Amino acid sequence: MKEFKYIIRDPEGIHARPAGLLVKKANEYTSTVTLSVNGKEADAKRIFAVMGLGAKKDMELSVKIEGEDEEVAAQSIKSFLEENL
Amino acid sequence: METEVKKYVGKSVYKGIAIGRIRIYEKGDSRVKREHISDALKETDRFNSARETAKEQLKELYEKALKEVGQASAMIFDVHQMMLDDLDYIESVTHIIESQKVNAEYAVACTADNFADMFGAMEDDYMKERAADVKDVSNRVIGILQGRSEGSVSGDEPSIILADDLAPSETVQMDKSKVLSFVTRYGSTNSHTAILARTMNIPALINVDFDDGLDGKQAIVDGYNGILYVNPDKELLEAMKKKQEQDEKNKKLLHELKGKENITTDGRKINIYANIGGVSDVAAALKNDAGGIGLFRSEFLYLGRDDFPSEEEQFNAYRTVVENMAGKKVIIRTLDIGADKQADYFNLGNEENPALGYRAIRICLSQPEIFKVQLRAIYRASAYGTVSIMYPMIISVDEVKRIKKIAEEVKTELSNLGIPYGEVEQGIMIETPAAVMISDELAKEVDFFSIGTNDLTQYTLAIDRQNQRLDEFYDSHHPAVLKMIQMTVENGHKGGCWVGICGELGADTTLTKTFIDMGVDELSVSPSFVLSVRKAVREI
Repeated sequence: MKEFKYIIRDPEGIHARPAGLLVKKANEYTSTVTLSVNGKEADAKRIFAVMGLGAKKDMELSVKIEGEDEEVAAQSIKSFLEENL
Repeated sequence: METEVKKYVGKSVYKGIAIGRIRIYEKGDSRVKREHISDALKETDRFNSARETAKEQLKELYEKALKEVGQASAMIFDVHQMMLDDLDYIESVTHIIESQKVNAEYAVACTADNFADMFGAMEDDYMKERAADVKDVSNRVIGILQGRSEGSVSGDEPSIILADDLAPSETVQMDKSKVLSFVTRYGSTNSHTAILARTMNIPALINVDFDDGLDGKQAIVDGYNGILYVNPDKELLEAMKKKQEQDEKNKKLLHELKGKENITTDGRKINIYANIGGVSDVAAALKNDAGGIGLFRSEFLYLGRDDFPSEEEQFNAYRTVVENMAGKKVIIRTLDIGADKQADYFNLGNEENPALGYRAIRICLSQPEIFKVQLRAIYRASAYGTVSIMYPMIISVDEVKRIKKIAEEVKTELSNLGIPYGEVEQGIMIETPAAVMISDELAKEVDFFSIGTNDLTQYTLAIDRQNQRLDEFYDSHHPAVLKMIQMTVENGHKGGCWVGICGELGADTTLTKTFIDMGVDELSVSPSFVLSVRKAVREI
C-alpha cells in the first residue's frame, strides 16, 4: 500500500472539472485509490463521491493506493495533483 | 418506423412555412410515473441502454462545445458522462429497480433526487450548484427512456413548439428567438397562441392531434395548408424550402411599400399603427413601418410573475417603447387582466363567467391603488414622446368620469413632486355592445375611440372566443358587428373623437375598403400586417 498527503492549492478546490480529470486518472490503474479529507473517505474512481468530499483550498488530502500497480499509480496521481490542484 | 413521413392535419392560424426540430412544451413537472414492473432484469437493461445513448449524446455535445467554446467549458459534458458511469449512481438505480420492482424512469428520478440532495446539503456554494448537473443528466436519461429526444439534443436551437395548449403566461415567458412555429392540440383561431403567432410572423397550427414522442424530430409546418409533417423526406423538404423562399420574395415586395403613404387612389388617407405586446415587439413595428403603436398591451408586465410590477419597472418599459418610437404616437392600454389572462397574485378567484367577470377596468376602479401605480408610470413616460392612454372594457359614462378623476389625481401628485409629464390623449376601448350604444355620450368625455373587435364580436354574438367548438358559428364579418363599428365611427366623429380599430379585424384586408368608407381614422394591426394593409389601402 502507498500513502501520501497533499495540500490543495487550487482556489476553487476539487470542483467538477479537476474531479473529472482525477477520476479519469484513477481509472487508468487497477489499484484501488481512496481519498480522504477531514475524516470523509471517497473512492477516487467515483465522481459523485469525489465531488461529495467538498475538498477546498488549504485542506489536506490523504491518498491511499492499494493494488498491483500501486507504485506507478502513486507516482502518476501525485504529479497529477501537483499540476492540477 | 423512424424515418417514415408522418402527416398531421390541423387548422392554420397563420400562414408560412417553418422547418426545424420539434420541441415538446411540457407543463410543470411530475412527468415520471411510478409503475410496477415484473421483470427487473429487463428494466435494468432498459436503464443501461438509455445510459449508453445519453453518453453518446453527451459525447457529441462535448465535441461541439470543444469546437465552439473551448476545452475548459466543454469539460462539463465530460463530467456528465462520468456521472453516468459512476458506480454509486448505477448501483442506486439498479437497487431501486430490483428492490422496489419499479420502472427505470422512476428509479432514475429517485436517484437524481437523492444525489441532488447530497450536493444541496453541502456547505460549498459551488457544490450546491452541482445538484443541477445531476438533475440534468438524469433528465436526459429519463427523456431517452420515455422515447423523447433522439439524436443530438440541443435545446438552444430555434424549434417548432408542440403543446396541448399555451396559456398567455406561458407564451410571454418563452424566448421568442427560439420559436419557429407553434402547433397545439387545442386552442381556437382567436386564442392567444394564434395572436402571438401573428405578432411574431410565424406559422402556427391548432387542433392538431399529434402523437406523443415527437420531441427532437425533424419537422415541417405548412401554415398554408394546415399540415404538420414529421420526418419529411428529401423531396418534401426541397419543395417546402422553395415555398419558403417564395414567401421571402413576397415579403420583399411588401417592403417596397415601406415609406409609402397609406392613401387610396381617390386620395383618402388612413393611419396604420401596430399592436404590440411588449418592449421587444417595437423592433417589428418599426421594421414594418408602422405609423405608431395603436395598442400597447400592458399585460406582459403583469403576467408570468408572482407579484405586481413596480412603478419603476413599468416606467422603464413604457419609456423604452416611447423613446424608440421617437415622437410617433404610442397608445398604452391599461391592464386588461382577467378572463383568459390570469395572474395568481391578483387573487381574482374562480368565476362562473370570467369573460363577463372581474376584469380590466373593473379591477382598476375597485382597486385604484393598483391602477394609480400604472397611471403614474405611464404619465412619467409621456415626458419622453407622444403617449395616449386607453382604457379597456368600458360600459358606462360614469366609469369614464371616475377614471378621469383618478388620472387628475395622479397628475396633481406628479406636479407636486415636480415630476414632468406630457400632453396625454385619453381614449377608451369600444368592445362592449353597451359602449357602442352610448358612444354618443362617451364621445363627449374622451379624445378617441379604439374598437376592440375581438371582444366586441364575442359579446355581440355571445360566442366564447376560447371555445373551439364555436369556431363554425363565429362570423367575424357578422352584419351586427359591422353595424356596431359604423355606429361607433359616426358617434365618435360627431363628438369630436377620432376612431380606430385595434382588433384582429383591422388586419382583414377584405374589409379595408369597408372601413375606409365608414370613415375609420386608424387601423392598428400586428406589425407583420402593417404593409399588407397598406397595400390594400393603396389599391382602393
